[in-house]
Amino acid sequence: MSAQPPEQDAGTPAATSAGTPPLPPTPSHTVGPFFGYALPFPDGGSPAPAGHPDAVTLHGRVWDGAGAPVPDALVELWQPDPAGRLPQLCGSMRRDAATGGHAGRNGVDFTGFARVATDAAGHWSVRTLPPGARAGCAPYVGVCLFARGLLHHLFTRVYFPEHAAANAADPLLASLPAERRETLVAAAEDERRSTPGASGTHRSYRFDIRMQGERETVFLEFPEPRESRG
Amino acid sequence: MSLSQHEIDREIAALREEYEEARAAGAPRADHPARDYPPYRSSTLRHPRQPLVPVRGDPETTELHTPVFGDTDVTALDNDLTRQHAGEPLGERITVSGRVTDTRGRPVRGQLIELWQANAAGRYAHPRDQHPAPLDPNFTGAGRTLTDDDGRYTFTTIKPGAYPWRNHDNAWRPAHLHLSLFGSAFAQRLVTQMYFPGDPLFPYDPILQSVTDESARRRLVAAYDHELSVAERSLGFRWDIVLDGPSATWFEEGR
Repeated sequence: MSAQPPEQDAGTPAATSAGTPPLPPTPSHTVGPFFGYALPFPDGGSPAPAGHPDAVTLHGRVWDGAGAPVPDALVELWQPDPAGRLPQLCGSMRRDAATGGHAGRNGVDFTGFARVATDAAGHWSVRTLPPGARAGCAPYVGVCLFARGLLHHLFTRVYFPEHAAANAADPLLASLPAERRETLVAAAEDERRSTPGASGTHRSYRFDIRMQGERETVFLEFPEPRESRG
Repeated sequence: MSLSQHEIDREIAALREEYEEARAAGAPRADHPARDYPPYRSSTLRHPRQPLVPVRGDPETTELHTPVFGDTDVTALDNDLTRQHAGEPLGERITVSGRVTDTRGRPVRGQLIELWQANAAGRYAHPRDQHPAPLDPNFTGAGRTLTDDDGRYTFTTIKPGAYPWRNHDNAWRPAHLHLSLFGSAFAQRLVTQMYFPGDPLFPYDPILQSVTDESARRRLVAAYDHELSVAERSLGFRWDIVLDGPSATWFEEGR
C-alpha cells in the first residue's frame, strides 16, 4: 500500500509569514514506564519482508550510567532500503479492520520503520534490510531512543563496519574523535545459518546504546536552520 | 531513598531559580526539559553527559524524512477509547481535539498520533502498574489516529485519574494523557504528556516541573473548550501541538 507522505503547507492562513517568530514547540516528556501495552506492536522488530534473502539482524542492549541494563526503553529505527531510497509506504503497524487488533506487516512491503521495546536484560533485536547509502553519507540506520527516566528522547545512528571507506568519508563520523566514532559503528558478528532449511547465511550486527558514562554513545540533535528562518 | 515532598520542592525551586537567572542574563528559552533533572530521580543515570552532536541536515538526510502511516495502520474507531469493549468505561467522558503544526504553523497532515493513559481510577492496564486502584474491564486506555489535511486530530476517552508513584515519599502524578507524535521528519518526533487545567498537583510534580520555563509548561496544559463539549455526552478540551526540528520539505520550498 502506498500512501501520501505527510506534507506541510506554507500557504495556509495559520502559517507564520516571513519575519514572524517561529511558534514555540510543545515540550517533550518521558515515555514513562507503562508504554508497553500501547506502543510496541506485532512485527515491530521485523521490517524485513518475510523470507527476504538479504535480511540482517541488528540487535544490542541499552545501558544506563551505572552499567545496568535499561529494561524499559523503546528503540525506534528509520532507514532507507538497500538502494538508498526512503520508503513512503504505510503498513508498519497494520490493523485488522474486523477485530481492531494488530494484523502484522503484509509480508511484502519494506516500510523502513521499526519499533521494539527492550526486554528485562535491556536487549532489543530487529530483523531488517541493510540500508543503502544516500547522497553525502555512509549507509546508516537512524535511531530514536525513549525510556522511563529520559525526559527528552535521544537520536543516534547505526553505521556498519564493512563500509570502512564510506564511513571514513561520512561527515558526521569524520567530525568525531576516534573513540567516540566507534560508538556509532555496529560490530559484525559471526555469520550464522538462518532458520534451518533456509538457504544461505545472514549477517548479524551488535549495537549497544550506552546512555551515560564510559563509552557513552554519541547522541545527535537536528537544529532548525536558523539562518533561513522566515 | 524516602525523600519528602518538601525536599523535592526545594530542588525544583532551586533549579527554576537557576533557569530564571540564566534567562535574565540572556540565555535562550528552554522549551524542552533538561535531560539531567535531579528531582526526577530516574533521570540521574539515564542522560548523556557529553553534549549532543549537531547534525546540519540537507534534503537527503534520512532523519529529515519520516516514516509514513496510513489507513492500513489505523481503523476508524481507534480514536474512541470508550468503544473498545462491550460496556462503557467508568469516568468522565471527554473529547480532546487540536491541531498539529510545525514551528512555522504549517499543518502536519495525515500523520500518526498515539495516545495511552490510566483509567479513571488512576490505574494503567499494564501488568507492572501495582497501584491498588481498580482496573476497568471496559477500558484499555490506548488509541491512535491520523491527522487530517489541516493537521487536526480528535480523541474521545475518559479523564484519567491521578496516581501515586515512587519518586519520593507521597509522590502523585497529576492526571495526564501520554501522546506520541510523528511530524514531517523523524527529527520532529515527539513523545509528551497533556495535562488538564487547574490541577492542584502541578507544583508538586517533578516531571511537569522538569520543564523549567513557565510559558513552556503552560503549553502542556489543555484548555477547556465549551465548543468541543457535546451536549449530554462529553466535555471538550483543546490542545494544539507544535513540533520542532527541521524537515526536508523546508529545503524543497527554498527555505
